[in-house]
Amino acid sequence: MDTELILMQLFSGVALGAILVITALGLSIIFGMMGVVNFAHGALFMVGAYAGLWVASLTGSFWWGLLVAPIMIGVFGMLIEFVLIRRLYGRSIDDPLLLTFGLSYVLVEGVRIVFGSDGIPFPTPSLLTGVVDLGVGFFPIYRIFVVGLVFAIVVLLWLGLEKTKFGLIVRAGARDPMMMRVLGVDISKVWLAVFGLGIGLAALGGVLAGPMRSVNPEMGALVLAEAFVVTVIGGLGSLVGAIIAGLLVGVVISMTALFAPEMATIVMFALMAIVLLIRPQGLFGKLA
Amino acid sequence: MTKDNRNSNRFTISRRHMLAALGTGAGVMAMPWIARAADDNIRIGFPTPLTGPFAAEAKDQVKSAELAVKQVNDKGGVNGRKVELLVRDDKLNGGEAATRTLELIEKDKVHAIVGSLSSAVQLAVNEVTRARGVLYVSISQSDTINEVKDFSKYTFHEALNPTMTTAAVARYAFKKGTKVAHLVADYAYGHEMLRGFKRAQAAIGAETVGEIMHPFGAADYSTFMPRLRSMRPDILCISNFGRDQANSIKQAVDFGLKQSSKIVVPVLLHNQRLAVTPEVFEGVVGGSNYYWGLEGTLPSAKAFNDAYRAANGGAIPTDYGAYGYTGVMSLLQAMQAAGGTDTDKVIAALEALKYDVAKGPQYYRKCDHQSVQSVLVLESKKKADMKGDSDLFSIVANEAPSEQVLRTCTELGFPT
Repeated sequence: MDTELILMQLFSGVALGAILVITALGLSIIFGMMGVVNFAHGALFMVGAYAGLWVASLTGSFWWGLLVAPIMIGVFGMLIEFVLIRRLYGRSIDDPLLLTFGLSYVLVEGVRIVFGSDGIPFPTPSLLTGVVDLGVGFFPIYRIFVVGLVFAIVVLLWLGLEKTKFGLIVRAGARDPMMMRVLGVDISKVWLAVFGLGIGLAALGGVLAGPMRSVNPEMGALVLAEAFVVTVIGGLGSLVGAIIAGLLVGVVISMTALFAPEMATIVMFALMAIVLLIRPQGLFGKLA
Repeated sequence: MTKDNRNSNRFTISRRHMLAALGTGAGVMAMPWIARAADDNIRIGFPTPLTGPFAAEAKDQVKSAELAVKQVNDKGGVNGRKVELLVRDDKLNGGEAATRTLELIEKDKVHAIVGSLSSAVQLAVNEVTRARGVLYVSISQSDTINEVKDFSKYTFHEALNPTMTTAAVARYAFKKGTKVAHLVADYAYGHEMLRGFKRAQAAIGAETVGEIMHPFGAADYSTFMPRLRSMRPDILCISNFGRDQANSIKQAVDFGLKQSSKIVVPVLLHNQRLAVTPEVFEGVVGGSNYYWGLEGTLPSAKAFNDAYRAANGGAIPTDYGAYGYTGVMSLLQAMQAAGGTDTDKVIAALEALKYDVAKGPQYYRKCDHQSVQSVLVLESKKKADMKGDSDLFSIVANEAPSEQVLRTCTELGFPT
């Protein structure tokens, strides 16, 4: 087992983690701010991939798909919040959970009806095809692009939440929505925006995953499980937690694949169990 | 008191509703039974995974099976009796498949079962049909179904089996001293294919440089790629099925593995090639039971394709889809020869049957009921060489039917 191989494996893990980070972030933001456990997150990831494919085929450019699809699905997410989820605020946590669970079935079935249940090809954009020599081995350019883009989005998101007035309201709203109302902030608008943002991130994850994995109606199911594991390991509602845990899970899966490949899927659940035993609130979670 | 009254009222109403519902239910259940007792149709149960990652292949199986039934009915049926196909979704799950099969046998009183796409699921169906003494024509690849332990005199294996497929592919792609790395799906199908390849490699003198088991249904294969690359194989052999095939080949290509090695699969799937771009599969070699391009040289393939096109708006039949046709057709021809559905007579007829319905001559070997048939080796075409959207593969080898490529009856554990 040489160092070059281990370094390559480490990098595969980071690239895998990047996709986990982007999906888990959306899930974590929505839970952290609104207390909604979004079971439709995987389905919206999948719908995002289809939307990206659709826009890309319409415009002939992957880049338009990458830009427009997350916005489109983000707006669709706001519609979901406005029409469905809003009615359930103040009720137990199970109600929105069941609602979004049902919604995911509707979305998957809807996509099956419109696009069929076979996979659809999503070619890698020509600018990003091929491999690049990292010095320790060859790595697909597209995956390096994904890592870079996710990093940029994480930085933007952090700046937005820490440095802007909107971010301040969002953070305060997560802590004490009642007080925000008293201060004259229309918290329902904030929640609408936050839900849209979270869903937009899921859709972005879907578009990014498109050229790596084939696009099909079931592609969200596995992603949902992964995103939940990452969110739980990082601590429910913690953004830093989602980022660190996403990368951690990616690297752990990758390293397991090197030594015990058949365990590569199970290892993330084992990691979650260990973290929950030692720190029930997750790595960066706060105790309720 | 009023409250209690209201409650008891509600109870009576609901009870009345329930009685009515029960009545209707009983009526619905009784009616087809009466209708069935009166008619003389031949019923064939057809469990297949209409939902899940093999759904594309399953739908094609149904279309082909329906075509077979329609053609026979159009010619007046089997000895004058109409044939019915009862399709059920086995959801790619052994338990579900066993339940549906039992229902088909007990409730729908089918005369035979054809179907099941997954190697693991077909073994569950086989358990049920063996216990109930019902005919089963299996149309998914399995080696164990031929072995004495799983053998049932009621079961006929129409599909190729992993020993045949891998041997044909290996003979075409491997040479003495070829270094082969294996990426294998960690379940029955993958294990059987790996075993087949290793058997073939031993005969040829090719060498295994490493093997990696991947979880069934994995979405991302990137973490296996650096290790596979470091094995420096001449050939990367990927033994998985359905969506796993398209995904793993795509990611192997993304990681540049095709530049240094050739990619070989036990079964090259039509629908998975369609799920990615031609560039991804270009040059990939794999085995197959059927390819529509056979029609250039084979009259039975031409007839099958034409009938399929006419019934499905110009679409062409696919590999695993064609199994639906050959499986149902062989069964119906045997029933015709046996003069009805008497199980023992049909078994004797199937054992004696020579048929050529789509891919050239075929027959069932007596000891293990394996269909002896041709094995194709296909190579995925370059985009520039494709004459149309469905011109996907070129046939690089077509091994004539021969018992030589099968394990011997003694090897399978049958008394000689």
